[in-house]
Amino acid sequence: MMNARIFSPLGRWSRMRVASLLPVVMLGMLLLAAPARAEGENDYASALKGIANPSTDAVVQAITALGATEDPRALKFLQSLDGGDVAVDAAGGVFVRDRGGALHDAATGALANAPDAHPLIVDNSIRRILAPTVSRLQLRSPDPTVRLAAVEDVAGRASSDDAPALRDALAQEKVASVHKALVSALAELDLASDDPKQRMAAIAAIDAEGSERLRPKLETLIAKHDDGTFGEPDANVRAAAEKVVKGLQRKQVVFDTTADVLYGLSMGSILLLSSLGLAITFGLMRVINMAHGEMLMLGAYATYVTQQFFHAHLPEHESWYLLAAVPVALITTMAVGALLERTVIRFLYGRPLETLLATYGLSLLLIQIVRTIFGAQNVAVGNPPLLSGGFEIFEGVVVPYNRIAVILFTIVVVTFVGYVLRGTSLGLRVRAVTQNRPMAACMGIRTEWVDMWTFALGSGVGGLGGVAISQLGNVGPDLGQSYIVDSFLVVVLGGVGKLVGSVVAAFGLGILNKLLEPLAGAVLGKIIVLMTVILVIQKRPQGLFAPKGRTVESA
Amino acid sequence: MSPAKPTKAVPTLAGFAAARPLHWNSWVAGVVCLVVGVIIPVLNVGPSPRSAFHISDFFVTLVGKLTCYGIVAVAMDLVWGYAGVLSLCHAVFFALGGYAMGMYLMRAIGTEGNYRSLLPDFMVFLDWKELPWYWEGFNRFGFAMAMALIVPGVVAFIFGFFAFRSRIGGVYFSIVTQALTYAAMLLFFRNATGFGGNNGLTDFKRILGYPLREPSTRAALCAITGLALGLTYALCRYIIGSRAGRVMTAMRDAEAKVRFSGYDPVAYKLFAWTVSAMLCGLAGALYVPQVGIINPSEMQPSSSVEIAIWVAVGGRGTLAGAILGAFLVNGAKSWLTVAFPTAWLYFLGVLFVVVTLVVPGGIVESFSGLLKGGGFLTKYFGGLGVKRAAAGPETAAAAPVSTGGPGVGEEQEQP
Repeated sequence: MMNARIFSPLGRWSRMRVASLLPVVMLGMLLLAAPARAEGENDYASALKGIANPSTDAVVQAITALGATEDPRALKFLQSLDGGDVAVDAAGGVFVRDRGGALHDAATGALANAPDAHPLIVDNSIRRILAPTVSRLQLRSPDPTVRLAAVEDVAGRASSDDAPALRDALAQEKVASVHKALVSALAELDLASDDPKQRMAAIAAIDAEGSERLRPKLETLIAKHDDGTFGEPDANVRAAAEKVVKGLQRKQVVFDTTADVLYGLSMGSILLLSSLGLAITFGLMRVINMAHGEMLMLGAYATYVTQQFFHAHLPEHESWYLLAAVPVALITTMAVGALLERTVIRFLYGRPLETLLATYGLSLLLIQIVRTIFGAQNVAVGNPPLLSGGFEIFEGVVVPYNRIAVILFTIVVVTFVGYVLRGTSLGLRVRAVTQNRPMAACMGIRTEWVDMWTFALGSGVGGLGGVAISQLGNVGPDLGQSYIVDSFLVVVLGGVGKLVGSVVAAFGLGILNKLLEPLAGAVLGKIIVLMTVILVIQKRPQGLFAPKGRTVESA
Repeated sequence: MSPAKPTKAVPTLAGFAAARPLHWNSWVAGVVCLVVGVIIPVLNVGPSPRSAFHISDFFVTLVGKLTCYGIVAVAMDLVWGYAGVLSLCHAVFFALGGYAMGMYLMRAIGTEGNYRSLLPDFMVFLDWKELPWYWEGFNRFGFAMAMALIVPGVVAFIFGFFAFRSRIGGVYFSIVTQALTYAAMLLFFRNATGFGGNNGLTDFKRILGYPLREPSTRAALCAITGLALGLTYALCRYIIGSRAGRVMTAMRDAEAKVRFSGYDPVAYKLFAWTVSAMLCGLAGALYVPQVGIINPSEMQPSSSVEIAIWVAVGGRGTLAGAILGAFLVNGAKSWLTVAFPTAWLYFLGVLFVVVTLVVPGGIVESFSGLLKGGGFLTKYFGGLGVKRAAAGPETAAAAPVSTGGPGVGEEQEQP
């Protein structure tokens, strides 16, 4: 009623009239349908008779006839035939054996008693006609996935006999993906046609659908042979094909770039997660924490331990272990960070190079401790079912769910850090101590306590990064080592003390890296990125987002 | 450098004292040079293997290797201990020198490789048909040795020129050099770069016609390395004793003041930096024939940090300390990685922490402290109070140049 009120321009009176007409219309449809159904019945039954004929030719004819009927039972019967479950007897009876082994009459479906029925032998000449007939019938299946598979099957055979069936199916098709496959299959058939008009139409269809699959076919059309002739004799068709190929190529470039940018976003979010904690410890506290990579590693191992715990004690909730891993990793790494700050790092404030060496030693210790406990081998951290798989944004471009989850997780973590620094009393104290330590101390802020919490926060955010990394790559004791160089570059490039700078630098580096990869290869791309960063730092030693004004350090 | 003794600067004193002949530093360096350059090779070659005075071939190679590290440590001490620039890419310079020597040794194999080809084995394996242009000339020893010095020197000069000119200093410089190390390592890991990729260069046969397997060749190499260490020490001692060296030391302690006095820090830093890189190249070139292999793992960022810890253990700002540190740490490494393989990283990790925390002046300073009756333990516990009172992260932000300075407490005014 809601819809009617919105869409019907005629008003209440006409709606009532339409309603009163309905029974009449339905009756008419029934009357029309009845003779058609009876006719189909006869087709099916008469075609079946041929199956019992001992001559193979007759069986082939019967299968063709069955393929031409509209009857839904024909498909089922032919599939049984394909499976070797059809039996015949000398009296012309055709039977289908069910899973239990009982025989049913193929025409009526009733249980049949046929003692001398023998299985129908499906030889090659029968099989040759059977498979195309089955897939042609499947084109009419109500299930779109069956239809899609059938289209692909038919297209793979590329036989011009299938064209009419495909055209029929195309006229009825409503599901976009199947429709697209049908157009592409038909275009492929038409491209081989002798009629230039039909080839032209096929090219137009390919253009309209933007089907990437047929690009190689078109390329062979416009390719020049050694003897000067072309794959396509007609110049007009060739010109059209050329235009379509160019269009497809342009489209491909757009697709590839989009995919690169998406993967770059994903890589950037990993960079950001791995460097955000560093942006806190290095950027705010000026502590060169070479052990930051090990915080990522500990976070990843915390995820692993949580997974093992769920596996052993809560198997029914195992798919949710990742949610539990987030606080576990956060708390573990915060505790480790606080411990390191209290025992080592606080004695080194003001001596950045010594801090660098001492924290490097700490990183060695942490690596070796983890190696002793968990072994030097990588451990397996699984994706929960929710995060496995992915979806296809374009033809051939699949975005895995875990990458999307990492991007979302990054947004959450950045928001969390932003909130802690901007919206909590700890954040207020942290910023106060960062800006002017003696003044903050004079106002009664316990600067040592703030130092510890800031360092713990930075480490904890590193641990959160570790949770994300465990979902994408290998988890081993050396995990942190591969991230630490990049993380420092992100922080330095973004401008020390500027979280926004880190965000921009991480995504910028990630996308730049992924865009360079197809051009220069993974390793050279990475080297180019490193060199670019080094050059940028030459130009802007304070980073892209340098702090201005009184907080700028005087050299 | 030690926050515990803000008014006394041992390393700086050592620097000034160096002008006088045969300071104790020189005694130490001279003894090491004599032992490595003469005594050990002679005792290896001279007495029969059954004699009590005989020194095994294994030990000779080990000492030769440690001496190469000693050269690197002295070079590092020049830039870090005296010019105040902590480089995390000295392993790259070392490996570049090593690769130059390795290329000569590869060419010297001739057709005796596994594939009986004039090309190095790995190129045959990669199906290359001819030598890349940058391998030309490395069949000549003199050219290869020149390249072992020139390539690291040029790389360091270009990199340093841009870095110092834009006043990248302190930790920023360290981080950028670490990125350089990482990039270089990735580059050399590629097969297509043309230096043997992952496996590097190995399977050498002879140097200047002398077979590398012969103990006598090894003893000679050890002697040459010892001599090179002596020359390196003498050169560095000369530099730090010169006027330029005193400007460098002043720059380390208060760069801004030096600049305001009319000196251009770029030139001094660049000079020390380039010389140091070339010395590393020399050490690498001596290292490769003794060890028999050079591969990209020598360029790992961690190797570069380890160089810094040798110097820190020995005593930053004392050249003899750097040599001792390199010998001690690497000697311990050679022993521990065999005797207690898992313990080595614990040891190294603890060493990093303890040295920076407890004995920031290194063993040299602790010794002189002990001699003066102080003892480093009292200093440590006395020192903690000073540090906590004086410093916080804020000081670090304000003092990127204080890193090599003789103390944090006294010299920084708040901006």
